[in-house]
Amino acid sequence: MSTTKNYFRKLSRYYLWYTVCFAAFLVALALLESEGMPRIWIGYMFMLATIVLYAAIGVISRTSNVSEYYVAGRRVPALFNGMATAADWISAASFISLAGGLYLHGFDGLAYIMGWTGGYCLVALLIAPYLRKFAQYTIPDFLAARYGGGANGRGGPVRVMAVGATIIVSFTYVVAQIYAVGLIASRFTGVDFSVGIFLGLASILVCSFLGGMRAITWTQVAQYIVILVAFLIPSMWLSVKHADNPVPQLAYGSVLPKLAQREAELNQDPKERQVRAIFMHRAAAYSARLDALPASWEAGRQAAQQRLDAVRLRNASLHEIRSAERALIAYPKNAEDAAREWAAVRDANLARGQPPEPHAAPFPGADRAQSDIRRNNFLALVFCLMLGTAALPHILMRSYTTPSVQETRVSVFWALFFILLIYLTIPALAVLVKYDIYSHLVGSEFSRLPTWISYWANVDKVNPLISIADINRDGIVQLAEIAIDGDVLVLATPEIGGLPYVISGLVAAGGLAAALSTADGLLLAISNALSHDIYYKMVDPAASTQKRVTISKLLLLAVAFIAAYAASQKPADILSLVGAAFSLAASTLFPALVLGVFWKRGNHRGAMAAMVAGFSVCVFYMIRTSSVLGAGAAGQWFDIAPISAGIFGVPAGIATLIVVSLLSAPPERSTAGLVDHIRAPE
Amino acid sequence: MPASITSAEPTAAQLARRRTLLAERAAHWKRTRKLTLVLLALWFATSFGTVFFARELSGVTLFDWPLSFYFAAQGAALIYLAILAAYAVVMRRIDRRFERRIGELE
Repeated sequence: MSTTKNYFRKLSRYYLWYTVCFAAFLVALALLESEGMPRIWIGYMFMLATIVLYAAIGVISRTSNVSEYYVAGRRVPALFNGMATAADWISAASFISLAGGLYLHGFDGLAYIMGWTGGYCLVALLIAPYLRKFAQYTIPDFLAARYGGGANGRGGPVRVMAVGATIIVSFTYVVAQIYAVGLIASRFTGVDFSVGIFLGLASILVCSFLGGMRAITWTQVAQYIVILVAFLIPSMWLSVKHADNPVPQLAYGSVLPKLAQREAELNQDPKERQVRAIFMHRAAAYSARLDALPASWEAGRQAAQQRLDAVRLRNASLHEIRSAERALIAYPKNAEDAAREWAAVRDANLARGQPPEPHAAPFPGADRAQSDIRRNNFLALVFCLMLGTAALPHILMRSYTTPSVQETRVSVFWALFFILLIYLTIPALAVLVKYDIYSHLVGSEFSRLPTWISYWANVDKVNPLISIADINRDGIVQLAEIAIDGDVLVLATPEIGGLPYVISGLVAAGGLAAALSTADGLLLAISNALSHDIYYKMVDPAASTQKRVTISKLLLLAVAFIAAYAASQKPADILSLVGAAFSLAASTLFPALVLGVFWKRGNHRGAMAAMVAGFSVCVFYMIRTSSVLGAGAAGQWFDIAPISAGIFGVPAGIATLIVVSLLSAPPERSTAGLVDHIRAPE
Repeated sequence: MPASITSAEPTAAQLARRRTLLAERAAHWKRTRKLTLVLLALWFATSFGTVFFARELSGVTLFDWPLSFYFAAQGAALIYLAILAAYAVVMRRIDRRFERRIGELE
């Protein structure tokens, strides 16, 4: 007992020192900035310092012991395990995009806050303690041992399917994380996107390659501290600015009524109405062109050609000729292309012509039915995110690393506690930034726009993160003239709030830490599934422990490079698949995991059928409702969006598991023994 | 694990001990299940109840906060945290109780 206490004290001391050093580093950089150090150097310092730090922890924690490599020796104290789980959990999406999502979608965005926190109740109540009592290494381990079947009842087929599900769910997710690493590194240091990816990859690899779960755990604790500091400082600053209260979670209650009042004003403002009317007018023009297809396409093409001829004829400047040429090249190639492009432009204009929705009002809609659809989608999304959380292999894997079952329960509590430190701040940050923009940026003059707008507008020229154009030419910024991408919000918050650039660098380092920590956990989940479950358990059960760890490290390297290659292709479709990962995880793994603990009669036929059924229903619904491959919105059941496909997949999985199990022979007697064992106290 | 499983001819006392152990285990599992069920019900009501009636609740305000917004943004998450705390504390008590009973057997 006293050794574990000493261990805990030692760890606390280390991390306390680390936090102090980190604070000193921040102060030093702030001083250097006031002495006139150029911005780009601050960006370099942050990237370099944090990446070297994570790599150093990896080198210190290097190991080739099986238990240390796979489950950190099962001696991580609950508090630190919770912190590492939180870092594992807070991905680039949570850190960078979530506050922006709340800014743009108001109440609807809160589904992510509820779903991504409520899922931990299911983790703690239904799965984690039982996995810890089972005390093996991976999620497929548990499913294979519980359900058996296959040759000699070793659960081979169940294991293979569980490995497949683990890889499908984790791979899309890890590609998105590495993509975010490349994005942040390239924006803040000016290096090329692919160089950024490989820089980030290097630090991921040094860490997880050398020390597996052990190194990842201690790095993630360090990363969590960076994430927390990076998120809280700008939020607290804005909170003091607008509510005279340094606790943003409490302060934004007083900002909400002010925001609502400002929204009502902007709704009635004649200038705002004028801008919105211009957008509606543009949308109507596109509607007319769409109705007149294909004649309108032909006419438009001829008009573009004539403009080009005209500027050539009158010997206009090269610039004018080039832009006329570009207009002709960019013109839709045929009537079908035109129909698609113009419909998109019309919808974008229509969307910008709408008055702002009140931020705090739940499910605004034209009528009760529209409002009900939004409520049902909210409920379905919360459901899928919660059950998906409880079935994500890289999170569940963390329940193996604590010293006891009771510590696992406490560790899930700490995990949610540390997640909430960030997640309760996110809605506050969204409201504070929204109020700042609505009351300061809106109504200011175009000639005096703050510099951060032009900086962020020029980061990505093809899809600008923020664009402001004087639509009604009155020289004043109207709300309807601002188009802002959710992803820019957190990264630009320090500049919006007028903080020194060192805080911008800190926020970027926080985003990098969030992406790296999640990528670490995911890569380990994938490579462990391959090395432990496929290689050791199925290909070569006689492999020595040394060989197992070596194979695992090699696979980790291979998976990391494949993921980095996939990310360097900038796959837009993979990024949109990340949301789908939750529905897939919930539909495929959740029924087998939970019924495996709570229903002894479930057998391997039921489990395999359930994984297939859950996965197929989920994928089928996503394809059916996709606008490219299927019928689009017309194919939806009960108007549920494809991201919430799990709402159909999970019941399908549960029902299949029960029906198929009852129709086939009951599981072996040893299964009942195993279930009794994992339910029993230690 | 009861040691008596391996012996070839269990004595009456050993059999009785084993029966009590199994009964205690069953009782432990029953308590665990009950707690899980109660907390799951609370989780369900928090997650889906407050959202389902969000429009009706939005008129009510609590310290400037519209109640439905507060629940979705903070209240629900804090209740989840309380659920996890309650689960860890009560489960420890249930485990200790089991240990005490088994200790009495020895």
